[in-house]
Amino acid sequence: MTMEFSEHIKTANVDDVVLKLPLRPALKGTLCVTAHHLVFSERKEEGSYQLLLLLRSVDAIEKSVENLLGYPQYPSAGPGQRMTGLSGSSGTIVIKCKDLRILQFDIPGMEECLNVASSIEALSSLESVTELYPFFHRPRELSLSEPWGLSSPQQQYAQTERLWDRWRLSKVNRNFSVCMSYPRTVIVPCAIDDITLAKAASFRQGGRFPVLCYYHRSNGMVIMRSSQPMTGANRKRCREDELLLQAAIDESEMGYIIDTRSAQQAQQARMAGGGFESKAFYHHWRRLHRHLERGKVLQESLIKLVEACGDPSQNMDRWLSKLENSKWLSHVHSALSTAGLVAECVERDGHSVLVHGFEGTDTTLLVTSLAQLILDPASRTFRGFLQLLEREWVQAGHPFRQRCAHSAHSHARLRQECPAFLLLLDATWQLGRQFPLALEFSEVLLLRLAQDAYASDYGTFLCSSEQERCALQVKENTHCLFQFLLRREEREKYVNPLYEATDLAIWPSVHPQSLQLWTGLFLRWTEYAQTMDEAREEIWTIVKERKETDRPKGCAHTTLSRHDSFTNVENLMDELTVL
Amino acid sequence: NKHVIRGKSGVEQVKLLDRFNNKTTTGTLYLTATHLIFVESNVPGAHEIWILHHHIASVEKLSLTTSGCPLLIQCRNFRVVHFVVPRERDCHDVYSSLLRLLRPVSYDELYAFSYNPKQNEQQREVGWQLIDLTAEFERLGLPCDQWQLSDVNRDYKVCETYPRDLYVPITASKPIIVGSSKFRSKGRFPVLTYFYQEKKAAVCRCSQPLSGFSARCLEDEHMLQAISKANHNSRFVYVMDTRPKLNALANRAAGKGYENEDNYSNIRFQFVGIENIHVMRASLQKLLEVVGTRSLSVNDYLLGLESSGWLRHIKAIVDAAIFLTKAVTVEGASVLVHCSDGWDRTAQVCALGALLMDPYYRTLKGFMVLIEKEWISFGHKFADRCDQLDGDPREVSPVFTQFLDCVWQLMEQFPQAFEFSEWFLIQLHEHVHSCQFGNFLGNSQRQREELQLKDRTYSLWAHLLSEQHNYLNPVYSPSFAERHPVLEPSTQPWNFKFWRNMYHQFDRTMHPRQSILKHTLTLKESNSKLEDTAHTLQAVSSYLLSSPLRCTNTPLQSLSSLHDSSPDAPDGNGGERTVEGSSATENGYGELQSSFSSKNEPAMVSLEFGVARMTC
Repeated sequence: MTMEFSEHIKTANVDDVVLKLPLRPALKGTLCVTAHHLVFSERKEEGSYQLLLLLRSVDAIEKSVENLLGYPQYPSAGPGQRMTGLSGSSGTIVIKCKDLRILQFDIPGMEECLNVASSIEALSSLESVTELYPFFHRPRELSLSEPWGLSSPQQQYAQTERLWDRWRLSKVNRNFSVCMSYPRTVIVPCAIDDITLAKAASFRQGGRFPVLCYYHRSNGMVIMRSSQPMTGANRKRCREDELLLQAAIDESEMGYIIDTRSAQQAQQARMAGGGFESKAFYHHWRRLHRHLERGKVLQESLIKLVEACGDPSQNMDRWLSKLENSKWLSHVHSALSTAGLVAECVERDGHSVLVHGFEGTDTTLLVTSLAQLILDPASRTFRGFLQLLEREWVQAGHPFRQRCAHSAHSHARLRQECPAFLLLLDATWQLGRQFPLALEFSEVLLLRLAQDAYASDYGTFLCSSEQERCALQVKENTHCLFQFLLRREEREKYVNPLYEATDLAIWPSVHPQSLQLWTGLFLRWTEYAQTMDEAREEIWTIVKERKETDRPKGCAHTTLSRHDSFTNVENLMDELTVL
Repeated sequence: NKHVIRGKSGVEQVKLLDRFNNKTTTGTLYLTATHLIFVESNVPGAHEIWILHHHIASVEKLSLTTSGCPLLIQCRNFRVVHFVVPRERDCHDVYSSLLRLLRPVSYDELYAFSYNPKQNEQQREVGWQLIDLTAEFERLGLPCDQWQLSDVNRDYKVCETYPRDLYVPITASKPIIVGSSKFRSKGRFPVLTYFYQEKKAAVCRCSQPLSGFSARCLEDEHMLQAISKANHNSRFVYVMDTRPKLNALANRAAGKGYENEDNYSNIRFQFVGIENIHVMRASLQKLLEVVGTRSLSVNDYLLGLESSGWLRHIKAIVDAAIFLTKAVTVEGASVLVHCSDGWDRTAQVCALGALLMDPYYRTLKGFMVLIEKEWISFGHKFADRCDQLDGDPREVSPVFTQFLDCVWQLMEQFPQAFEFSEWFLIQLHEHVHSCQFGNFLGNSQRQREELQLKDRTYSLWAHLLSEQHNYLNPVYSPSFAERHPVLEPSTQPWNFKFWRNMYHQFDRTMHPRQSILKHTLTLKESNSKLEDTAHTLQAVSSYLLSSPLRCTNTPLQSLSSLHDSSPDAPDGNGGERTVEGSSATENGYGELQSSFSSKNEPAMVSLEFGVARMTC
């Protein structure tokens, strides 16, 4: 433990602490504060309960102390008792976690309570990334030399042969000098050289020039993303940017720009130096505006929803009105229907699409990744989904560090928090509800990701860009969450037993009646979740039974396994029908 | 089949408009004595819509448009169809024929009396004997030392809306019963409806007392005392008045009212606050208006859901059932439940309470028994509430629908507790209104006997049991029932949800495009079939396989097609390939639609089993 950590820990161990968890009887045991964890061990000989809480996952901490000695009705409290460690005083700490769980510790001794609380406060909000737990997490079964990450634009490019005649890999950003928030390599049209790219980048906010993020195999159309063009009040133009977009499509084609702002917002953005692609200069592109909320509005929506879910009132009308008032489901609706629109452009209408909003790091990524889930069967597999998240969120520069600094419980003043990634997971969950056979991963994976985006043992969601990750040597010094989840024993926990691959697009219904509150996340710590888990188990059993019936069951007396016999009979039947 | 449209076999070139998107289907409209039929034209394996006249709640002719004369038909099973008939004259013909057909004035006109499923007399009789209430009371341990079967209503003399067989406390003599019945609205005196053997506690039901402001009746007081004395576990009996207090107070002015605790020595009186049939009717109407809106926003949906009050009413019923269940199973007290006449809210609460207390009612057959007992035999006025004959519209109310909705809410909370799935509930709802089977016709047992239903119609229960594999819940676990004999549902408001598969059962675009239920059911079925088939195949294959082996990886799917006698026909009409009917255009993500060349839509996929499959 380094010096800094120990400075924060005034009381490391407290006995006789009572832990109150949702849906569990109260437990008595020892509470221990370490550099990165809060450890509670029940004081029992056998089968005792242990709680290991990553301090980073603490969103808010509330403390209240009671010093009974101070009250005149306890005159007997003499000096002798004070010697035994303030036995008359006690305190309570309520910890609200970023995964929305709420824990309560009753701690004997006011001083201990205050010490523990201030340690948690300090250690849960360490500023420096390299002090965070992923830099210390060294499980025996993992080695730092293992490969980090699953996908990259290079790999995506290498695997998509049909991209090659029209698109190229550019290393114009190899030093992160053209765009701070892009990875080193990006996919761009062949016709555009690096000098043009750099000029186009200077015309886009944060240097985020249009790059390819998805190639639709069936018709060769693409989805690109960028940030807003910096046209400003004077309607500046940039030939290189225009060329870049023109090079992405054929002369005769039309492309769509899906702007995730309202037309009015886009107009107003010009006053602040931003803007939109005007029809006059981008002849072959048609712009559509789809207003998606972001930033503070989205964060406040999450806060209101979580508050509504914690309301103990039994009143139906109050619940519905609070649910409505939070607007969360409206945001889910907008995200899915905008993604549906993008997918529709590509698949049904046969047009390429550019998506952007303001910075192109939040709602833009939400829309492009959801559109890919709708269109691309590869992104619906376990590995494919993680690859999608890696390319579209981690490498594409979603600022996880700022956006996921705090969750719904925090009392801290909002800075740049925004649950855009949580919204993606929710929308993905909705897809899974509507197409329960189409995703290879289950809700459990989405819950795991929701948790790790905010606080994790792994380095994947640290930092806000590839540049930052390189500077801090995140890949050299932490383990990769995605690699870890793909390990066989882990993977099993997260797969969808009902998965059946389909190569078709999955068009979600966006009627309000078709959208549901993600109870698995927002009501995760209520009794509701328990019976659901049991039912899930049952489905697992049925599917496993099915697989076992299929699998050879030790047919020692015959060389034919049962599965083979099916296959062969089918083949024979096929042959017969051909004849 | 008699064709009613003048001189023609059907009206051609009729457009069917989808209610939530711009999709139209063209086809031919036929009218028979029992159904309105729409057949899609020019499509191989054409989609057909069969609408039973009894299901039609209203027909509306809207104002003429350039493309023709619109006809809006709303059904009791929540189907809404919007036709556009090219010629006004044809439209008027269909309209006036329907108006005549959908308002039967006598029972003889109902479908049940002409429906013939090609069974012989013996099968019909057996069908009617499947559900036996005497056996059910035996299962409950009745009669016993405290409760006896009374013959007081053998001839429907004391109460004509009650069944003949009634269970009363042994200490309740005939004069007490008769006296009590005279003090109760419609003569519906307190009788036993469920017996919780473990605590010897009874659930009894009745109607409101004719107490007015001060009237009392010694026999009725004796009756309640007898009920209380029959249970040694508790010194008192709960009296649950399921109405809001205000309604009960208002009833006093009409000489009715509620029990005065001062006059009844050992009761605990409790109001529950479920609204009356008129409020419920308006609430459902409001709900359907909201969810029927095109391009409904999420916020308007939630606000509409709230202002309709529907889920609030559902929750009130579940709350009441939980109160009843706790009183009986935890306190071991007997409970007397009533409302005004004791056939609407009382039926809801007693039936739902029994469902919470007794795992038997959560099985397929047990649920039939429950409905037969609490609803059919105790005289829930199905004919009036479901508008079977052209009657008073103020008598129509979705009381039974609400009960099914409550059951669905419980299924959502306890996915493993019920042997049947929601499709069973939806099918029940379908047939309560279809008048295809005799079970739900009329308002009381007495009336059913007069109509000689058992001789002239068929029983729904036999029909449902014969296709029960369609209605099973694949994750049902009998061991769950052992662990949770009594269900304790949570009443947190988020547990009460809008039942999309009921109220939008015909709105295909709104549903999950793949169904877990259907899939696991198929898996489970094929698990057992695989075992059988494996043996047969093994024998066949060892015989055939003298030719060289070729092994390919065959996906599971194709294996299951081996067992399907009728494999799903994929759309052969060159339409786009979709996942179970999911398509981009139906969802209306944006204004792009107009710019797309209109491609052929895929053939309609029937959503699930259980949805309106009429046998003719």
